[in-house]
This record gives sequence, C-alpha cells and structure tokens, in this order.
Amino acid sequence: MPHSNAPRRIPPARIREREATASSEEVARFTAMAEAWWDPYGKFKPLHKFNPVRLAFMRRVLAAHFGRDPEAATPFTGLSLLDVGCGGGLLSEPMARLGFTVTGIDAGDKNVAVAKAHAAQSGLEIDYRIATPEELDGARFDVVLAMEVVEHVPDPKVFLGAVADRVKPGGAFLGATLNRTTKSYALAVMGAEYILRWLPMGTHDWHKFVKPAEFAAALRGGGIEVREFMGMAYSPFRDEWHETAELDVNYMVYGARP
Amino acid sequence: MSIDPPLSSAAAALTVEVAVVGAGPVGSLVAALLAGCGLTVAVIEAAEPEILCRPASDGRAIAIALSAKRALAAAGLWELMADAAEPILDIRVTDGASPLFLHYDHTQVGDEPLGWIVENEIIKTASLTRLAALPGVTLLAPARVAEWRYGAGGAEAILVDGRQVRAALVVAADGRASPTRAAAGIGIDRWDYHQSGIVCAIAHERPHDGVAHEHFLPAGPFAILPMTHNRSGIVWTESSAAAPAIVAQSDADFLAELASRTGSFLGRVELSSPRFSYPLSLQMARRITAPRLALVGDAAHGMHPIAGQGLNIGIRDAAALAEAVVDVRRLGLDPGSPAVLERYGRWRRFDTLVMLAATDGLNRLFSNAVPPLRLARDLGLAAVNRLPAVKRHFMRHAMGLVGDLPRVLRGERL
Repeated sequence: MPHSNAPRRIPPARIREREATASSEEVARFTAMAEAWWDPYGKFKPLHKFNPVRLAFMRRVLAAHFGRDPEAATPFTGLSLLDVGCGGGLLSEPMARLGFTVTGIDAGDKNVAVAKAHAAQSGLEIDYRIATPEELDGARFDVVLAMEVVEHVPDPKVFLGAVADRVKPGGAFLGATLNRTTKSYALAVMGAEYILRWLPMGTHDWHKFVKPAEFAAALRGGGIEVREFMGMAYSPFRDEWHETAELDVNYMVYGARP
Repeated sequence: MSIDPPLSSAAAALTVEVAVVGAGPVGSLVAALLAGCGLTVAVIEAAEPEILCRPASDGRAIAIALSAKRALAAAGLWELMADAAEPILDIRVTDGASPLFLHYDHTQVGDEPLGWIVENEIIKTASLTRLAALPGVTLLAPARVAEWRYGAGGAEAILVDGRQVRAALVVAADGRASPTRAAAGIGIDRWDYHQSGIVCAIAHERPHDGVAHEHFLPAGPFAILPMTHNRSGIVWTESSAAAPAIVAQSDADFLAELASRTGSFLGRVELSSPRFSYPLSLQMARRITAPRLALVGDAAHGMHPIAGQGLNIGIRDAAALAEAVVDVRRLGLDPGSPAVLERYGRWRRFDTLVMLAATDGLNRLFSNAVPPLRLARDLGLAAVNRLPAVKRHFMRHAMGLVGDLPRVLRGERL
C-alpha cells in the first residue's frame, strides 16, 4: 500500500489506516511508560544500556553509506533523518547531535510531549510530530529509522511498506527488532519481562516478532535493497551489549534505496 | 578561539558542550583534547591571561612522564614546549649519606627518556597558545562564576559580570582550593605534612648530564632536576618550622646551605630564579564526580611532590575524562551523561589512591632517621636495584606506563 500511489484519503479512511500501523492498545502501553524514558536508572535502563551498540552500528553504516568521517563530531551535517516510533527521543537526540536534521514521529502523544520537552532541555532542535509514516504527505528523507518498533505494530508488512516509502532515492534505511525464535521467547519475553523485570510485563507479544526473511521481504516490496544484518547480544558479566553474527534474538538491518 | 565581550542580555548565553573552569595545564589539556575532536568548549579562567604566563613567576620545575608527554602531544601542546623541555635520562635515588642507592637508566626500558623537566610558565604559555589556536574553544578570562545552576539537561554558570555559560558537562580544573568543587558541596580530606617545599632554579658550572637526583634526607626528600641551559630545579623539603628561615637567608648563606645537601658535583652554583616555599599537604576530594560535574587535577587530589607525579596524575585525569566524553559523544550521546561520569570516576579512583598512598608512604618511610627503618629502606633500595624485573616495573611506573591507560597516554589517537 505505497501511499504515494494511493489517492488522497478522506478522514475516516485515514483513521482506519492509522489504526493499521499503530494499535491503540500498544500506544497506550508505551505512553504509560513515557515519563521514565530518559532516566538511565529507571524503567528504560535496558534501552539505555542497549543504545551504544545500536548507535555504533548506525554511525558506522551511515558514515560508509554517505562517505562521511565517522569520527567527526557532526559527520551527517546536511542530511535529513526520519525516526519512526521515536518514543522519548532516545535515538532522535543522538542523531541530531551527529548533525542530521531530525524529524521524529510517534503515534503516542505523550511520547512526543516527553521527547519535545527533553530536546529543549538538551538544547537540540528536533521536529517531533504525533504521526504515522503515512501521514507525512509524501515527504522523503536521506535516512529512515524504524528501530524497535516493527514488533509493536499490527501488520509489519504494511508498516514497513509505508516506512520504506519515506526513503529518498540514494538514501538509507535502518531497522531493528526481535526475531521470532524459541530463544527470543525465552530471553526477551520470559527473561527480560518476567524474570529480570527489565521491562514491564506485556511489553512484547512474541507472536508479533519478525523473522529476518520477513523483514527483508517487506523492505524489498517497498523498493529497499537489503545490505546487511547484524545481531546484538547481551553479556551478563560485562553488563554490556555487543554486536554478533547471530540473528536469533535482537537484530538490526541496513538497506538502501537505489 | 574567541574572547567574548560581555553579553548584553541573559538570552544571549554562550552554549557549549563542555565548560572547563581553569586554564592551567590540566584544564587546557581537557579543553584542547575535546576541541580537537570537534566538541565546543568554553574555558572560564579567573586570572588575566597575561598574568598566567608571566615569565619566572614561581620558579617551579615540573616533571612530565613519558605517557603524559604523549597526551600533551595528542593535544598539540607538546610541540609548543618541546624546545624548552630537558630530557631526564637517568634517575639516581640515594638515602642520606648512605652509599647504597637506586639507579634508573632510561636505556634499560627503551630509547625514550624517562621523562622531561619543563618550567611551569612554559607549560602555562603553551596551554594558552594552544587554546587560542583552536576554533572550538571560547576563552573567558578574566571571568569568575558567581553561581552554578545544575539541572537535568546540563549546567549553567552565571558569571560575576552577568554573562551566562550553558554546558552539558562542567570540568573543575581550578586547583586545590577549587571554588567549583566547593560550590557543588564536595568536601575534601586533608592531611598536613608539617613540611614545606622550597623551590628554586640554579645555574651550575658542570653539566647535569640529564640526571635527576632524589636524596632522602631526614627532613624530607630533596631533588635536583635537570633543566635546559645547564640549570637545575631544586625541590627541597624541610619541616615547616625550619623552611621560612632558610628561604629568608642571604643568597650566599642560602647557597651554602644548598651546597651542604647537593655536594660539589655540579661545580660552582648560582641562583637563577627567586626562591619560594609553600606548605605541603595531601588532600583528596571525597568524590570526583557529581551530576554534570567532573573534578580533574589538583581540584580532585593534591599529593606530596616526592615522586614528581602531581601534574602527571592530573594529565591522566584529563586523558581519561576526554576519552570517556569523546567515546560517548561520537555515538551522539550526551557528553555530560551519568555513563560518562561513572566511567571517569571508576577509571581514576583506583589509580589516584595508589599514587596518593605511594607518595605518602614514601615520604613517611624516608622522612626520618630512625636506625632500623634506615637500614630496612637502604636494603630495600639495594634489593630493588639488583632485581632488574622489579626495577623495570618501578621505572615504567615513574614513566607513567603502568595501569589501564587512556588511549592518548599509550600514544594512540583519541
């Protein structure tokens, strides 16, 4: 359902379409957690722990994609980035610091309110909006992110098609999600939610997890060429995340629109 | 660098990523390392820049270890002082009049000197020259902070003249009495040695051959440090009761007293700087971080000058903090976040404690003439001298090559 090819929709249809990519139940769940987004010792501690490994991958891949110096303070000056499902801005802010002109969208109004308030505190200019990817009226970006969001939408294929559509020709797509495997069930759902209490119970629905092949197929359907997969794993002894070739739990994907 | 005129309104606050308080060698090193990686930095210095680098203001000779020199080189500071740095090729440690001594020769651990001696003003001048050349640095001097406001997203300094500076991270490099540390409510622990350090520079007839001498005399350690132009720096520890009288003597009497300690190996000697004495104490901040604040150098810890490690430890602080900040900032993360401060605090705490304990222990062990202790330490020095592996370890320690070193201290890029 590439939006650019669809006729302009009337509002009721638009509401239905929005429901297709962000279920109200999911939005309410994350919105309830929004105020704790930015506390590194709070409820989102695992996400803060997780952030450096994601950011290192993103910086490396994007610097190579655009031929920029990854060690510069602002390597991505002059490029635009859309962060889909931006939450409290945990990725939007670092991307803005690295030089991108960032637009962050989220279906949760409280998330967006928290993200806006925090960006002001940090002295960063970020365009945050309550929106789904389809609602951006055809705007396209050099980079589109869909990090840890696919597993929360009702129809990943429709969602990824809409997200892919936001990538400019020559631009890059970065996604991250959880694989649907026995190990991911044990680790991410039972381990992280029920045993370690890292995340509030019910954060994840294992049945909505996306296999790398399904992710790749949805991106290809949206005109994105998949270039790299990278797994992420947690080392309990070092209390740190690191990159791994195994994609069986958390993984990231890099693609490009030719 | 730009020197800002007073801002006309509160709205025109200067916003940077890191605010460094103090433009001394350690503060300047932090600022230069960070600005070299593209961060925006403000340096707030209480003194006039001209006063900071006035020649021969304090006569102090500063020891710079090999690792510290690498950090200064990474920041572009070393090339500005290299011509005025005298290499230390050899260190001889002796205990009073005892014939036993410990001898460190640089050729035992490699080709590089063990360290260098540089005059304090040379380092200060090089620091300010480097800050002036860096486009990411704004030097505010003279400027004093009237009030600090720490918040969730960063800190704000209200200067006495009304200007404002906002930063994600504040670095206190404002010395032993650190007003920034006091304003943050961080206390210190302090021990007085009841000793004073007498410092001066001498010119002498015979060459020093790059040898640094450390004599352990009953009143405390006495060091002769090789300087450029056939001069040597004297660091002479005396009891605080005796020091003022020694300094107040006529030049001839002072030189005679000096000669009774140095012996005659340097030939005819004359003073080449004024002489100063200052009380020695050990002090340590109870914490070296607080939200949005890191303490470096003397603001974090002041130690006995016995092993010439004061600035070297400060340079290690600067290198570790810069690395913690840059690693996080290169990911786009907040340079003043708790993760940065935790890493810096963990990294520096152990090293600093070891050095404080070692210099304190050395001074206590050697500042007396109790016969059994004397014999024990003489045998200890002789034993160390005969065990090449142990000796190499001590030498590498003196060169600053031991421990979990920040990249720039290992000679790598930040």
